[in-house]
Amino acid sequence: MVPAHTGSRTTRLLGLAVLAGIAVVLVLALAVTGPDAVQGDAARLIYLHVPVAVSMNVGFGLCTLGSVMWLWKKSRWWDTVAVSAAEVGLVFTGLTLVTGMVWGRPTWGVYWTWDARLTTFSLLFLLYLGYLVVRHLPADLEVRNRRSAYVALLAFVDVPIVYLSVSWWRGLHQTATLSLSSTISGLMLFTLVLGIVVSLMGFLWLLVHRFRVAWLEDEVEIAGLDLAISERRAEAGIVEVSTP
Amino acid sequence: MWGYVTVGYLLVFVVVFAYAIHVLVKGRSLSKQVPPENRRWM
Amino acid sequence: MFRDAALVARKDLRIEWRSRVTTNQVAPFAVLVLILFAFALDPDRGVLQRATAGLFWVAILFSALLAVQRAFALEAADGNRDALRLSGLNPAGIFLGKAGAVALELGALEIVLGIGVVILYSTTLSGWLLLITTCVVATIGLAAAGSLYGVLAAGLRVRETLLPLLLLPVVAPVLLGATRAFEAALGQSTSDGWSWVELLTTFAVIYVAFGVLAFGSLLEEA
Repeated sequence: MVPAHTGSRTTRLLGLAVLAGIAVVLVLALAVTGPDAVQGDAARLIYLHVPVAVSMNVGFGLCTLGSVMWLWKKSRWWDTVAVSAAEVGLVFTGLTLVTGMVWGRPTWGVYWTWDARLTTFSLLFLLYLGYLVVRHLPADLEVRNRRSAYVALLAFVDVPIVYLSVSWWRGLHQTATLSLSSTISGLMLFTLVLGIVVSLMGFLWLLVHRFRVAWLEDEVEIAGLDLAISERRAEAGIVEVSTP
Repeated sequence: MWGYVTVGYLLVFVVVFAYAIHVLVKGRSLSKQVPPENRRWM
Repeated sequence: MFRDAALVARKDLRIEWRSRVTTNQVAPFAVLVLILFAFALDPDRGVLQRATAGLFWVAILFSALLAVQRAFALEAADGNRDALRLSGLNPAGIFLGKAGAVALELGALEIVLGIGVVILYSTTLSGWLLLITTCVVATIGLAAAGSLYGVLAAGLRVRETLLPLLLLPVVAPVLLGATRAFEAALGQSTSDGWSWVELLTTFAVIYVAFGVLAFGSLLEEA
């Protein structure tokens, strides 16, 4: 009996694992690990920033992959993955930018530096946004999927160019870069890696639920379309013959 | 220093949980509109 | 393919010649942008000279939006789009033709703005080979990317607001590269302008290739 919500045993287990993981990471990040020798307690924000950035990149990759698979195989499943990954990815991109800013202020004294990574991420945010805007334009499902798939591909092709050009540009300047300047090891490294794992699991959880929601949205649309078609037919006096 | 850390952590978790709830709620309302056979991909 | 491209380009340019939209509307807009920058920045302290490269290319970028919008608005009227699809013309050729026409219009604008910048900002132009090469390569990239997003947005009611949102992030590297190359040409920086030209060329090649391959499919949709 399919329930009237997007949960399942898998997502419930995954969700619990994520919550447990978050608890462990929080304890480690905020209490057990000591402050960084150079950056002080602000370094604890790295345990947030890097994990969400990793998930953001995974989301971007999945969106591109899904778009390619749609264009190649016309796979509805992959197309649904693409849009779900894009939306969850957008949230994570926003969080990456914000955590970067919150980290940058106490560490470097500025909210923003035009370094390659931050600048690329901000353009990535806009590219994702453009994808989602195009996605939500009213259109036939096939047209919508194809259109947004191309937008995703065009964005994907652009990102390395953006990154290269900005790092080239800013490489000439000595600007603050958003990375751990001190070598980290031991407990800090473990916390960071665990944070990445938990973030990816959380991303997956959100992705699965968002995927199911997107699937349902399309089902509603398709059902509405079928209804409209059968109503038109009824008007025209065509009798519906159902195949056994 | 801890002010920034608190803001950062709070922001991330509030946004993530709010988004999660949004997705779950949307899932519930959409599920009701779709007959059980079509609800899931599998 | 190239014959179809020439056909489409000639058609677009002929329409342009007769309607004079680029000369009567887009070029004045571009010059207006230059003037507005002068209002915004202090003309007396050499800011405009130092910023010439960037301001020039920002003005070109905004003008490119208009030129692309116009190029595809032409097709939206009177079911031209369907006519184009059914005409039997090679879609890659249509892409090259459209992008080519836009590129030529942008090239003309660049000449106008070049003059504008010399007059209004008192900039002395130098490094001519680098300047011209940069213009050629950057323009091809802009026209190609613009045409791709232009066809995508064409026919949509929201196209005027959608096109900037889609196109500008994507052509940000062109702005970056062209500005750096110009700065090198004008003697304002010691970086190697020609490496930036390489970047611009890569961009242009990628987006022209993408257009040749994908334009047909993008043209298909309703």
